[in-house]
Amino acid sequence: MSYLSIEHLTKNFGGLSAVSNVSISVNEGELVGLIGPNGAGKTTLFNVLTGVYKPTQGKVILNKDGKSIELSKLPPYKITHQGVARTFQNIRLFKDLTVLDNVKIAMNQQAKYGLFGALTRLGKFYASEADIEVRAHEFLKKVNLDDLAYDLAKNLPYGKQRQLEIARAMATGAKLLFLDEPAAGMNPQETHALTEFIAKIRKEMDLTIVLIEHDMSLVMNICERIFVLDYGKLIASGSAEEVKNNRKVIEAYLGEEE
Amino acid sequence: MKNLFSKKNLIWLGLLIVFFFLFQFLIDVRIITPYYRTVLYGIGIFIILGVSLNIIIGITGQLSLGHAGFMSIGAYSAAIVMQNMPDMTGLLLGMVVGAVVSILVSFVVAIPTLRLKGDYLAIATLGVGEIIRIVILNLEITNGASGISNIKNLISWPLLFVFVVGAVVLSANFKNSAIGRACISIKEDEIASEAMGIHTTKYKVIAFIFGAVLASVAGSLYATTYYVVKPETFGIATSINILIIVVFGGMGSLTGSAISAIFIGIVNMLLQSYAEVRLITYALVLIVVMIFRPQGLLGSKEFGLDKVLGFRPPSFKKSRKENSK
Repeated sequence: MSYLSIEHLTKNFGGLSAVSNVSISVNEGELVGLIGPNGAGKTTLFNVLTGVYKPTQGKVILNKDGKSIELSKLPPYKITHQGVARTFQNIRLFKDLTVLDNVKIAMNQQAKYGLFGALTRLGKFYASEADIEVRAHEFLKKVNLDDLAYDLAKNLPYGKQRQLEIARAMATGAKLLFLDEPAAGMNPQETHALTEFIAKIRKEMDLTIVLIEHDMSLVMNICERIFVLDYGKLIASGSAEEVKNNRKVIEAYLGEEE
Repeated sequence: MKNLFSKKNLIWLGLLIVFFFLFQFLIDVRIITPYYRTVLYGIGIFIILGVSLNIIIGITGQLSLGHAGFMSIGAYSAAIVMQNMPDMTGLLLGMVVGAVVSILVSFVVAIPTLRLKGDYLAIATLGVGEIIRIVILNLEITNGASGISNIKNLISWPLLFVFVVGAVVLSANFKNSAIGRACISIKEDEIASEAMGIHTTKYKVIAFIFGAVLASVAGSLYATTYYVVKPETFGIATSINILIIVVFGGMGSLTGSAISAIFIGIVNMLLQSYAEVRLITYALVLIVVMIFRPQGLLGSKEFGLDKVLGFRPPSFKKSRKENSK
């Protein structure tokens, strides 16, 4: 059984079918790319997968530890509790907070005290806070951001902000990441650094990654399988080579031959 | 447990004790006259109100304009209970009753209204404040428009001190916890917050109730300080006054709210004898501050011992040095 299976997923906005009858399955540990021309429905698909939208039809199933969880019935925060996290096309960091606080917020599930503990600071408060602090630093070291821990997120260079957003998604404890255009707006050097970063964290933390990307150098380099969407429909899937030579894909991007 | 008695906490404790006895001494030797004492009590009450509203607006980012409504719940609860029990037990019992009623009301109000955003939420909470006022105006037990008078005056410097410090410490603990971080993340970016696994509705409701309870406690103190409670005292104007304290001190800065409550209290006192120009001058002061410090006195920063004593994480100093190069 595949790790994530998207079954006959449809999302309509009024009369417009942004995603129609898409079925995709992703295996554990895979790195999968999702490409397609602008307006193909990639981000809508991500929004359905992460609970921002409810699907019109179809379902999303996560198979984890021998259990099947229907993600399409959960609100976004509960999906995150199932070990699924995302980044956004337009960076959505907590801009006025430090890098460390951004990560700590993602780790909020690990706090072992309630409202009473927080207000009185009795019980496990100090131990739990110290624990989160240590873990957040350890985590930042792993992703090479620890030297920036006390900088405000908004003051980071663009490439680092993207990196922090991915790191923050992982800090929720996610094993399945959806990255929405991680290389958008990056120059070739930054894209290269990001490609290496994604490959590295994936190996180190056993992640399964699905990413949307327009930068073909990144997609073709690291994605093991690629799915192509056009007008909400899945038009092709396969390895980079297969997709590159697929007639429908070429037509979708460049138009039909006269 | 050792952290509860950390150097920082002990220094705070020491400062508070010194501060308490200093003012107690000034009151005893009548340098702080009964008139100034009333001003002092008023400032203390508005510190609690400002800090509690800041939890809702400045920390969680939910613009509420009905804070005076929750204040009135506490004020009337204390007034009604103290009519039968005009002693300290009555006051404390009234506070508890007020807090419980505030929890219920704010919970019922929070569930539907906190789904709204920005302007809509402001208008909805404004309506809630008005509903509370009109209910009080029409109830038998609250004595309608004439209100309740002859409430026993039990306020004292130690009592005020305990409640103000208690409210500020609880609020600071709230802010500096996982719950506070969740609330701040909602203010920063609600969609991202939800994507990080934070149940945003739950935390918005918690913050709203927490703020409402503190406002209710401040209301109870108000009732016993000024002997009289009337519905008109708790109208929109009071909600706006509390909002001014929050904006003026800086959204998200609890110490900012406390400092601004003190500042505004003193400005009001100084202008007391110039009744005609009081409101104009008050407004001018606000406008001037907003022009030169639009983020409020402290912005979103806190005034703390960290700065004074130089407690800094090592990497912070490092990155500061690099930045200045």
